[in-house]
Amino acid sequence: MITLESSLICTCVRAPLRARRAWPAALLLLHALAASAVDAEWPMASGDYANTRYSTLADIDTSNVGTLAEAFAFDTGVERGQEAAPIVVGGTLYLLTAWPNVLYALDLTRPGAAVKWKFEPHPAPRAQGEACCDVVTRGIAYADGTVFMVTLDGQAIAVDAATGAERWRTPLADVAHGETVTMAPLVVKDRMLVGNSGGEMGVRGWLTALDTHTGAVAWRAYSTGPDRDVLINHSRYAPFYPTDRGTDLGVATWPPEAWKRGGGGAWGFVSYDPALDLLYYGTANPGPWNPEQRAGDNKWTSGVFARRPGDGTAAWFYQWSPHDRHDYDGINEMMLLDLDWQGARREVLVHPDRNGYVYVLDRKNGEVLAADPFVTVNTSTGVDLKTGRLQYDPGKDPRAGLTIRNVCPAAPGAKDWQPSAYSPRTGLLYLPHQHLCHDAQTYTTSYIAGTPFLGVTAQMNGMAGTSRGAFTAWDPLARRARWTLPEVFPVWSGALATAGDLVFYGTLDGWFKAVDARSGKPLWQQQTGSGIIGQPMAYRGPDGREYVAIMSGVGGWAGAVSSGCLDRRDGTAALGFVGAMKDLPMPEVKTGVLHVYALP
Amino acid sequence: MRCPELACLALIVCLAGCERETRHFTADVPGPAYPGPRAQTGTVAGRAENPYARNAYAVNEGKRLFRWYNCNGCHAEGGGGMGVPLMDAEWRYGDRPVDVFTSIHDGRPDGMPAFGGRVTDDQIWRLAAYVRAIEGRVASATAPNRDDSLQEAKPETRRAGQ
Ligand code: HEC
Repeated sequence: MITLESSLICTCVRAPLRARRAWPAALLLLHALAASAVDAEWPMASGDYANTRYSTLADIDTSNVGTLAEAFAFDTGVERGQEAAPIVVGGTLYLLTAWPNVLYALDLTRPGAAVKWKFEPHPAPRAQGEACCDVVTRGIAYADGTVFMVTLDGQAIAVDAATGAERWRTPLADVAHGETVTMAPLVVKDRMLVGNSGGEMGVRGWLTALDTHTGAVAWRAYSTGPDRDVLINHSRYAPFYPTDRGTDLGVATWPPEAWKRGGGGAWGFVSYDPALDLLYYGTANPGPWNPEQRAGDNKWTSGVFARRPGDGTAAWFYQWSPHDRHDYDGINEMMLLDLDWQGARREVLVHPDRNGYVYVLDRKNGEVLAADPFVTVNTSTGVDLKTGRLQYDPGKDPRAGLTIRNVCPAAPGAKDWQPSAYSPRTGLLYLPHQHLCHDAQTYTTSYIAGTPFLGVTAQMNGMAGTSRGAFTAWDPLARRARWTLPEVFPVWSGALATAGDLVFYGTLDGWFKAVDARSGKPLWQQQTGSGIIGQPMAYRGPDGREYVAIMSGVGGWAGAVSSGCLDRRDGTAALGFVGAMKDLPMPEVKTGVLHVYALP
Repeated sequence: MRCPELACLALIVCLAGCERETRHFTADVPGPAYPGPRAQTGTVAGRAENPYARNAYAVNEGKRLFRWYNCNGCHAEGGGGMGVPLMDAEWRYGDRPVDVFTSIHDGRPDGMPAFGGRVTDDQIWRLAAYVRAIEGRVASATAPNRDDSLQEAKPETRRAGQ
């Protein structure tokens, strides 16, 4: 016990930066191949508009992955959780760190990927206290010679990809009222899409589109309030279920005025279907957490919007968790797949939700085709496919003054933001996720601008009889799991699937792993020295070889106990996550490091 | 036979009083006026003993206010989250009563909101007294007892002397 305790002691002293760069001789044989093929690039955090995180590269496969070795590493010098995906375009790798949101361009044509330029946006320090779950960012997007980023304090910035010079900057978030931005922006045509975070601070959620050339705001769609603010135009809005039809439901499904601080941010990944010309994104939890203070369905929180990128108008909406009771944000990724569904080809949207169900929706109209639990769920008994409604178990409903125990899944859900991958070769989804439950005490809270608006004290635990973390291959057609790999800690990293029939993910105790996409058999792993909560990606380097990259750097909501040096005696710390993470080791490497692997 | 009863009652009151702090039967004593941010060092600091440091009622009030003003949302029950832990012995801005008062009143740059002007100075002194109890720095007789339900860490009364 003593050794365990001492390894958990938080010194918060910054370790000297390690020289972690090395490059094998093979890397020096550069400029071998021109980097023009589309599969060479990874221009946005999710890889593609459909959010599949699938790479067509197959040089690294199940037969040779065992020899995978580090090609180079890059130490960002930034502490705290590194959730971002690096992107690669035209022989350059771009990387955004956690606060203070330093943007790096690394020249992949030079040995060890030398720094081409570095851009420091200097976000407001106070944003650090307003970000609920560590000071993370989830990445950047590239389009037309420009890198698009957003700082934690909500400034959207366009940076010249060649020089690192700032083109424009537009402040979007009101930090004094608890707004921050942590999501990875998406660029569709000449629109940059940005959504806010702050569901724990009583913000009013929005998705905003900016003109990519000027930074001017083209439209903003709120997640609560009157239809004109939500950009619902009834002549062009056609949700599948009657409960989502009606005038000003974003006001009518709340107690008076409560929608003004009702949450519903848009901090997850945005998907885009070019053929239908529709954007898809999830809305976050309603505020406050205490549901008794917001009677009603609380539209349009904890659901999914389909919107037109041109003017932002809504095409349809569906609510995963009406009147959400347990912080089940609906922001998890929407994977846009075309599946042979019960004999017919259907354009679907697949979404593993925090509430514990994998949903398959018709993405043209929002009809729920399937909703199946992928973990043990006791907060609800299922989804009624006639009405589309989640059937809550009232026994787990929070009530002021009471402590409700063993609420499963816990507040971060069966799966949080950590994005899944899909391989068209195996037809499987790969879900990084967790098995956690919480005990919650509910009380009446008041809104104070810039402070948490919660009304719940929670404390999480691992779910009895299973591991806290899991990596699951899910068959969307058979509607069941094919295999699950247990992990000690919640799997807080994203997943990557490749045409080499490999799946990559990282763990909170620092391992970067490759497993067989068909069988789940572990094939390779490497220790990075700090917990991994980033998003793995693959690219073809200017030398023609396949590379797989991941950021290490423990943190995020799950890893805040280590990155924020929280006190492990208090299980309610980090909104209750510390209760389940008391044994998370402190990282050996203090700063966020990009690790890039290749065959020798 | 009223007298023995009264005597007995007096004894109980006295014993109860002896157990804990001296009770003030007048209105609460207001805390010293806020010394101002520039007066933290030197002479004022020496004087700025928290008037509630040994007042169990005020420390308990501080605990109630700690939730009332949403401090708990950021600092949890002392273990931290959006805010830094307050249970541990590490103090970014100092642990003297005046430092704690200033942290709450003026805020701190990396995300501690300023409560001065939104909350009375008297309440800030109570909060500051409770912040010390979170770390186990007030006598166990003064510290709040354990919560009715969810409380994971040791109650404040048992943190003293750790
Ligand atoms: C919005 C989140 C938030 C709220 C609400 C909040 N704090 Fe803080 N607090 C912080 C952060 C972040 C810091 C660290 C600031 C820094 O390092 O500059 C901090 C620092 C402090 C410190 C100084 C700690 C040290 O190590 O020196 C004290 C004392 C404190 N807070 C008490 C309170 C009290 C009492 C309340 C309620 C009245 C409160 N806080 C409300 C986020 C918050």
